[in-house]
Amino acid sequence: MFEAAAFYLFAFLTIAMFWITVTTKHALYALTALAAGMIFISAFFFILDADFMGVVQLIVYSGAVMALYAFGMMFYDTTRELHEKQGNNTLVFVLSGLSALIVVAMVAAPLVGGNVEAHYPIVEGVGNSQAIGMVLFTKYLVPFEVAAVMLLVAMIAGIVMAGKKMDESYSELSEDEIDTKNAGGVA
Amino acid sequence: MEITLTHYLVLSTVLFAIGLIGVMRRKNLLMLFFATEILLNSVNIALVAISHFYGDFTGQMFAFFIIAIAASEVAVGLGLLVLWFKRYNTIDLDNMTSMKG
Repeated sequence: MFEAAAFYLFAFLTIAMFWITVTTKHALYALTALAAGMIFISAFFFILDADFMGVVQLIVYSGAVMALYAFGMMFYDTTRELHEKQGNNTLVFVLSGLSALIVVAMVAAPLVGGNVEAHYPIVEGVGNSQAIGMVLFTKYLVPFEVAAVMLLVAMIAGIVMAGKKMDESYSELSEDEIDTKNAGGVA
Repeated sequence: MEITLTHYLVLSTVLFAIGLIGVMRRKNLLMLFFATEILLNSVNIALVAISHFYGDFTGQMFAFFIIAIAASEVAVGLGLLVLWFKRYNTIDLDNMTSMKG
């Protein structure tokens, strides 16, 4: 009973938040609604007994990713309203609905066939985090290391791309100096 | 009322559709990244739900790796966004048509 109530409450909240994210005309509303939706999604992970995933979702998404996006917001004039593509709305809705249905069919096809077996069954009498660690550091050790290297590469790429000309502080320059710099810098 | 796997798959579908609508409608690079995050999260819900209802850890592992991939995507994407903004002073997608035929 409580599970059903929690599921429907958080499902409604998540859908509402993400709907706001994709439809609002204000970038700050989109950012905060996305952060709220991420937090509500972690509630599903806790309902599903995936405590570790819930905590990772909270830390990585609501913490790190949202901080990065908040940093990205400074390249964005938040006072200006967004202009959307005024295309064929019916086409957009039909296409996205169809694609989502196909994805679910792909995921659910083995379930309907009924030939799904647990490769790494959940161990009894062990907490979720401990069990995750047992699977992650035995069966998935190589993907884990590859993911670590991928994160390192992404970090270096981010620093190299965003860090150019970081030694020039625009806040200490006058408007004219910035204009001349920009005029010379634009390719 | 029992919450079954179908409930979670339907929720995942709805969220995925919302994300796709965002990808198709948005005209701004940052808003496009937001929609991408929604897509990744909807798939995460489906994976963790299947993992729970079939008593298998593989789904949670894949959701874990998807989170790692999403984090790197944000890092590289925002780096590119900063570069683009420094050069062209805008992040509207309509201006990124240098490969248009």
